[in-house]
Amino acid sequence: MRHIISVLMENEPGALSRVVGLFSQRNYNIDSLTVAPTDESSLSRLTLTTEGDDAKIEQITKHLNKLVDVVKLVDLTDGAHIERELMLVKVKASGSQREEVQRLVEIFRGQIVDLTANVFSIQLVGTGDKLDAFVSAQAEGAVIEVARTGVTGVSRGEKVLNL
Amino acid sequence: MNQISGGEMLVRALHDAEVELVFGYPGGAVLHIYDAIFKQDKIEHILVRHEQAATHAADGYARATGKPGVVLVTSGPGATNAITGIATAYMDSIPMIVLSGQVESRLIGTDGFQETDMIGISRPIVKHSFIVRTATDIPIMIAKAFHIATTGRPGPVVIDIPKDTTDPKVEFPYTYPTDTVLRSYAVPGKGHSGQIKKAVEALLGAARPMIYAGGGVIQGEASDALTKLTKLLGFPITNTLMGLGAYPASDNQFLGMLGMHGTYEANMSMHHCDVLLGIGVRFDDRVTNSDTSKFCPEATILHVDIDPASISKTVVADVPIVGCVSLVLEEMIGLVEESKARINTKALGDWWTQIERWRSKDSLGIKPSEDGKVIKPQQVIQSLHKITAGDAFIATDVGQHQMFAAQYYGFDKPRRWINSGGLGTMGFGFPAAMGVQLAYPDAVSVCVTGEGSFQMNLQEFATCMQYDLPVKIICLNNQALGMVKQWQDMQYSGRHSHSTYAESLPDFVRLAESYGHVGIRIEKLDELDEKLSAAFALKDKLVFVDVLVDPEEHVYPMAIKGGAMKDMLLSKSERT
Repeated sequence: MRHIISVLMENEPGALSRVVGLFSQRNYNIDSLTVAPTDESSLSRLTLTTEGDDAKIEQITKHLNKLVDVVKLVDLTDGAHIERELMLVKVKASGSQREEVQRLVEIFRGQIVDLTANVFSIQLVGTGDKLDAFVSAQAEGAVIEVARTGVTGVSRGEKVLNL
Repeated sequence: MNQISGGEMLVRALHDAEVELVFGYPGGAVLHIYDAIFKQDKIEHILVRHEQAATHAADGYARATGKPGVVLVTSGPGATNAITGIATAYMDSIPMIVLSGQVESRLIGTDGFQETDMIGISRPIVKHSFIVRTATDIPIMIAKAFHIATTGRPGPVVIDIPKDTTDPKVEFPYTYPTDTVLRSYAVPGKGHSGQIKKAVEALLGAARPMIYAGGGVIQGEASDALTKLTKLLGFPITNTLMGLGAYPASDNQFLGMLGMHGTYEANMSMHHCDVLLGIGVRFDDRVTNSDTSKFCPEATILHVDIDPASISKTVVADVPIVGCVSLVLEEMIGLVEESKARINTKALGDWWTQIERWRSKDSLGIKPSEDGKVIKPQQVIQSLHKITAGDAFIATDVGQHQMFAAQYYGFDKPRRWINSGGLGTMGFGFPAAMGVQLAYPDAVSVCVTGEGSFQMNLQEFATCMQYDLPVKIICLNNQALGMVKQWQDMQYSGRHSHSTYAESLPDFVRLAESYGHVGIRIEKLDELDEKLSAAFALKDKLVFVDVLVDPEEHVYPMAIKGGAMKDMLLSKSERT
């Protein structure tokens, strides 16, 4: 099963490489990874998605917790949560195709953020599934570049991950 | 306030961290630090002859004393040479501080002379690491490093020190921090009382209980508590390779070491037990054999460890208890004392009857050679035990000699058995024995080795001469990489691919003599006791005892790959 793990860690040089290194060292996979400083400047928040059964995810979270740079973490998929990913995608479209692409952007509630005579640059935010669906809805060969941020998320309701 | 340089701060902070000894080797990036060492007399520096030996010596010191070992090496090759020793300490959870020099900050990343990314290279084999940014980082980083290395599940910590941060011309005020609290690092204390109660209930109701204790008991200074609990319960107990000495080997409740080369009775009792109490162990593949689905099939597994990630890593625990082993054991003792009457003594009696039947097989019985002249390696360890009254510190390298020492020496005290269990590092034993000797100058420090392993760090003969270290080296010389050869005999139809080199072995006696030490060769069984005693009688000398042993001998019992713990070869012709 896919899990989204959010990690609060010290905003120190080398902290990120410890997390990433742990995954390769112990033969775990990272499917996506996103990291940035938080409102508390001494902390970074890293969110990653990975696949595994319960035993494997338990080992992953235990080993992450053992890293001295890791302050706290949460497996967002343990409870109700909100997940989002941002995608910038370039779609080739000319003539009558342009209207078709615009309609798709509307349906998926995306935004056209740049355009030329032949190419739309589109921004789309949502779950990974939604972004996948948007890409596959395009005409064959129309998608010429995809840049995705990777998943980030928070728990629903009162539950928070902070110091 | 007095102002001092970064190099001086480093030395002063080590002193404030109660360091007595540093094992190291100088070089360009650490010259400022070495100059600071020269100008003081609080910390003794031991000059080894190879950085790997510095780490193993610090490791031996740490294993024997429980105090962290400290290593100082230069950048680049100095740092990379230390890697094997850091990995060795990491695998066995040994507290160690490695101070590695680094090129000047402005040169980092430019492929400067003797530059290597030590933080990157060591990352997967350290508990944590620091890179010094300014001289004023040094005291706090030293304090944090010692705190991290020695608490919780111990391990090595690297501090990488760019040369400019130790510049003698740049001075700052010095204070050693008294508070090392890290918001991201918590040390487990006592275990969950509900879980401990549950575990004790399982123990009281057990019909065929077994206690399986490992290196965590030694690291956690919990041998007395373990012995008390085991005596109170009257249960059989086995120790892992790392745990030898955690429970006295001479006690009748001790079934010997378990695992790949464990005794018949220990492995059979493991396989057939109905409640297994694992303490400070990690269900390593050398214990469980390769297929964990066949491991202790009937047992309820209770697992106590300070490291949550060790629990249910390879074998799922029915009752996991995360905590400091000594505190958990004390709590268990209290509960068992209250309800001692509920121990299932009838079933336990039957269980012991069964165990004694297994024990009577005498799986470690030694068959002397037919001509009565050829020395069996096991006989050397027996003789060593007799001559040292079972009270020496025994460091080993890795291979057959290591297993023979583990099986036959019989350790009654913790911290006497010094061996690279997890990483299995050849070349570990000799420098580790030096570290032990430096920690306890009056103790008998022995290195049991083989002629293969010994050649991986024999340059330390020179260090022993320089510092008058009277280590006793017992070399079980079978003129081959014995364990490799054993596997080739068993699994590769006797094709000895690159495991023999008899024609190119040095004369070890003369080699020892050339460094100013004493060398003794023993070739026949009837001279074994006498010559070995003579070696130990030379109390102030390093003696290299080259014992020619039966080259055909294999280590038994031996687990059968893919089987359960009950599946063992007991000799070349007998299996369970």
